[in-house]
Amino acid sequence: MLEIKDLHVSVGEREIIKGLTLSVKAGEVAAIMGPNGTGKSTLSYVIAGREGYEATSGDVRLNGENILDLDPAERAAKGVFLAFQYPVEIPGVATMTFLKAALNAQRRARGEPELQTPEFMKRVKEAAASLGIAPDMLRRPLNAGFSGGEKKRMEILQMALLQPRLAILDETDSGLDIDALRVVADGVNALRSPERAFVVITHYQRLLEYIRPDSVHVMAQGRIMRSGGPELALELEERGYQDYIAQEAA
Amino acid sequence: MIKLASEAEATLSSFYEEMRDKGAPRLRAAGWAAFSESGVPNRRVESWHYTDLKTAMGRPAPLATASRAALSLPRAHDSLRLVMLDGAFRPDLSDIARLPDGVVVLSLRDALGQGELHVMSALASADIGAQDPILALNAALMQDGVVIQIAPGAAIDRAIELATLASAEAAQSTYTRALVMLGAGARATVIETLGALSSAPAQDNSALVLRLAPGARLDLVTHFSGGVDQAIRVASLLAHLDVGAMINSFALIEGEGLNRRQIFARLDGEKARAVFNGATLGRGRLHADTTLIVDHAKPCGESREVFRNILDDQSVGVFQGKVIVRPGAQKTDGVMQSKALLLSEQAAMNNKPELEIFADDVQCGHGATCGRLDKDQLFYLTARGLPRREAEALLIEGFANEAMNAIEDEQLQAFLSDRVSAWLSRRISR
Amino acid sequence: MAARQETVARVESIDVDAYKYGFSTDIESEKAPKGLNEDIVRFISAKKNEPQWLTDWRLEAYRRWLTMPEPRWARVHYPRIDFQDLYYYSAPKSTPGPKSLDEVDPELLRTYEKLGIPLREQEILAGVETRRVAVDAVFDSVSVATTFKAELAKAGVIFCPISEAVHTHPELVQKYLGSVVPVTDNFYATLNSAVFSDGSFVYVPKGVRCPMELSTYFRINEQNTGQFERTLIIADEGSYVSYLEGCTAPKRDENQLHAAVVELIALDDAEIKYSTVQNWYPGDSEGRGGIYNFVTKRGDCRGRNSHISWTQVETGSAITWKYPSCILRGDGSQGEFYSIAVSNGYQQVDSGTKMLHLGKNTKSRIISKGISAGRSQNTYRGQVSAHRKADGARNFTQCDSLLIGPNCGAHTVPYIESKNPSAQFEHEATTSKISEDQLFYAMQRGLSAEEATALIVNGFVRDVLQQLPMEFAVEAQKLISISLEGSVG
Repeated sequence: MLEIKDLHVSVGEREIIKGLTLSVKAGEVAAIMGPNGTGKSTLSYVIAGREGYEATSGDVRLNGENILDLDPAERAAKGVFLAFQYPVEIPGVATMTFLKAALNAQRRARGEPELQTPEFMKRVKEAAASLGIAPDMLRRPLNAGFSGGEKKRMEILQMALLQPRLAILDETDSGLDIDALRVVADGVNALRSPERAFVVITHYQRLLEYIRPDSVHVMAQGRIMRSGGPELALELEERGYQDYIAQEAA
Repeated sequence: MIKLASEAEATLSSFYEEMRDKGAPRLRAAGWAAFSESGVPNRRVESWHYTDLKTAMGRPAPLATASRAALSLPRAHDSLRLVMLDGAFRPDLSDIARLPDGVVVLSLRDALGQGELHVMSALASADIGAQDPILALNAALMQDGVVIQIAPGAAIDRAIELATLASAEAAQSTYTRALVMLGAGARATVIETLGALSSAPAQDNSALVLRLAPGARLDLVTHFSGGVDQAIRVASLLAHLDVGAMINSFALIEGEGLNRRQIFARLDGEKARAVFNGATLGRGRLHADTTLIVDHAKPCGESREVFRNILDDQSVGVFQGKVIVRPGAQKTDGVMQSKALLLSEQAAMNNKPELEIFADDVQCGHGATCGRLDKDQLFYLTARGLPRREAEALLIEGFANEAMNAIEDEQLQAFLSDRVSAWLSRRISR
Repeated sequence: MAARQETVARVESIDVDAYKYGFSTDIESEKAPKGLNEDIVRFISAKKNEPQWLTDWRLEAYRRWLTMPEPRWARVHYPRIDFQDLYYYSAPKSTPGPKSLDEVDPELLRTYEKLGIPLREQEILAGVETRRVAVDAVFDSVSVATTFKAELAKAGVIFCPISEAVHTHPELVQKYLGSVVPVTDNFYATLNSAVFSDGSFVYVPKGVRCPMELSTYFRINEQNTGQFERTLIIADEGSYVSYLEGCTAPKRDENQLHAAVVELIALDDAEIKYSTVQNWYPGDSEGRGGIYNFVTKRGDCRGRNSHISWTQVETGSAITWKYPSCILRGDGSQGEFYSIAVSNGYQQVDSGTKMLHLGKNTKSRIISKGISAGRSQNTYRGQVSAHRKADGARNFTQCDSLLIGPNCGAHTVPYIESKNPSAQFEHEATTSKISEDQLFYAMQRGLSAEEATALIVNGFVRDVLQQLPMEFAVEAQKLISISLEGSVG
């Protein structure tokens, strides 16, 4: 599903990702863990196509196709979904309006018919109900004045609605209390399927108790330093990241 | 004291000679005297610093003569329409016969002829805005208009539309004045339409005088549209609010030419509330100026202003908003916000939000921003699959919506949303 | 609420006469005859033994001034000034340019001692002061003493009275004088150009970080005397200087005129920090007397990545008319304006800044805190503009006003003009009174109403105080308390 090979990424003058290689298969949940400031969010942005995050060399392939030259909307239509660490507030744009515009833009790009309002409403309401999102929240401007937990739940709602092939969750657990964390994790788990891959970026092991990963990758200093199974997360929980930082300094 | 110099002022002086004996001589004389103090304002007049009317006007176009042409005017809303065409009230084009109980309409010409005291004094309620030369000129030269009286306690469900239109094939100047008086506890919705039916560069100076008795509420939507590059339109709103009265207003400026919306509002009773929102959709060489003074004269008043300027091409936006809190107007609550989006390299915005506070127990503030579309928001939308132009359109629409939120009438809200969509679809298709 | 009533009552009854620096110095002085004409301009120029070009420059300014109207746009009211009823030159008689402090009239030295301004280096070196500050003291029209000159010279920094710089560094003065504030700039600046008497001159050479704070202390002593000082600071490429300015005047029943001009020039990568604590006599509790402070201060960020920062604490003067500004000409240059303006009694303040963005990626920041009490009127007036070529310009403005008592006024008049879509401007303003909740909270914890008010006011102005050098910040904090005496302990 996702193949990243020897990727180098610069933001402005600074190189943040320095030769990263990663492979995630369809149906797999890959966790990326690492200390702060190692380029985890940069990785999520470069996959989603954010302006200013320049891949200076290397490859990012989605189902064999190099996506680095596509703009963000084209990547989204091909099934890339990024759940933002800090979802953006857009006052004035009703959440419902936004959801419909996004869904239909993707369907148009894929040559699928646009969803009519009744069908669309039905899907949104179902997804909202399963995530404990009150209907009146959907009429409010997107993310404007939402609490941290509400914003994260709204990200998962969008994921449920857009049905991506590759979902990247950037620190979705940050700022969530235990109840909200469980709701979010349930939402993610409900979407797990053999056709869909997840990249779960997190600093803590806690989230992985709820979203069981198939593989765990340690990212430090702009690279994947080590890969392993779920047990690696537990080891990190115990020992912290200093091994990887020390390794770099040596 | 008359110290008129330029050709423009000489022409206006001849207009005054023509109008001075057409009723309300004292009001006209006072207006003319006030206008003569400064003449046609240029950039050196502080309140006109960003709109050089003198240069734009050049020589005033001839005073309009009323047309008698039968016209069929399209309808944009379900409303009771009153038409001012080429400077004259046209009962034949208006929905006079359909007016509900509690609404009395008179042409300004007839009202001036009858000279009823309470009407005359309401027309002259120039305790605010008196220093503005163009509003003063309107008083001196008013040709016609309407006087609408709404009975105390009346609740008028259908919107009353005041359509001020120009149809002449040659450039002309029009001076119209409307007076809307709401009795105690009355409720009404007014749509003010300022438009052109021809492509001649009209010079329109209109004024809407509002008097809201205690507890009255007026919802007002103003729409500037049409116009051509050389056209000039100054529309003044003079609002006087008594105890507990409320005005909830929104103005949309689009089209072309030089446009100025001036608002002079006085909250002259305790607990009066005013909402003056607005948006500009700028394209071509539109010059859109909103200048407002909200004067809190009594305690416990509340005012809210939300303005959004969306400026493309070479359009220029101006926002000058002043909130005054008079001595003793304690517990005043005033919030003003003006935001502008510059969508092209040649667009420009001038913001001047002002506070003038003479009482200590108040909460007043303003905010002003200017810039282009937010990159983070754009990325968020495109990452969800919206193509860039659509993402921009959605953000612009949201930006405009923030100023339209306070409109309660669904029909009007839909009408305005359509205007925004139409403007945006023209932008996308280019 | 009782606490508020008490506060208000105290502020109303404030004794502005408690002005601490209100003594006058009995000293013999030499004055030019009253009034202004070309002969007076020539007299001043001759007194300073100026070269012909400067005499001509002054005369040109004078002739221009005669054609200019007095500005009326500020929100300040005062009777017409009779410019022929003023003295334009006054100098302590015994000091036609003292060579050392020993030649300075001891009466004058005592004046500065009373003001707390150290003029004797040995005292400073003896450890009385913890930090060394080079001081230029200007008494009425002339500079009476400049300290630490030798040590500064070692670093290549020139710090001397401008009257001296005209002779010792004519090429610098001629090149930069009037290059930021042109002779024709405005009524008061033009007047200043014609009759300026003295002021400080600073030149920091390329790559030099000025080894100490530079400071000028202005004092108006003579009756009916205008003070027209002129300050010129040039920071050459890659240099840095921090400059402090303090002002006081004796109590007089008449209004005294102060019309200064300050010009700052920052070349590539240079930084100038200019701090002012202005404590001119504000007039008495009836609004009699006090200084008319009509000042033009402007900095030119002429070079790439240059940086000019203005910080001001304005507590004095009957009328303040002052807009320290930055012309952000060099690409990547930065301008800042941090201001606290306190007004009480019948004071009128109309002050603010201009940030003119001309270059690419220029940044500016404005933090203004106005506090009005008594029957004073306090106006912030500011302009931020982005020109067509100012790609990526940024401004942030925060403008807050605090009102103490029902008889004062607080006004905000910003002009925000953008001709460039990539310029990002943000402006916010608030006006409120001291929060009763905060007052109550502090008093419930045992503070008196005065202490509580002081605490809240200090919190209100904290962002600006932090910009001042430490000693100045402490002094400024005290000064604010004194200015709001009665409500603030």
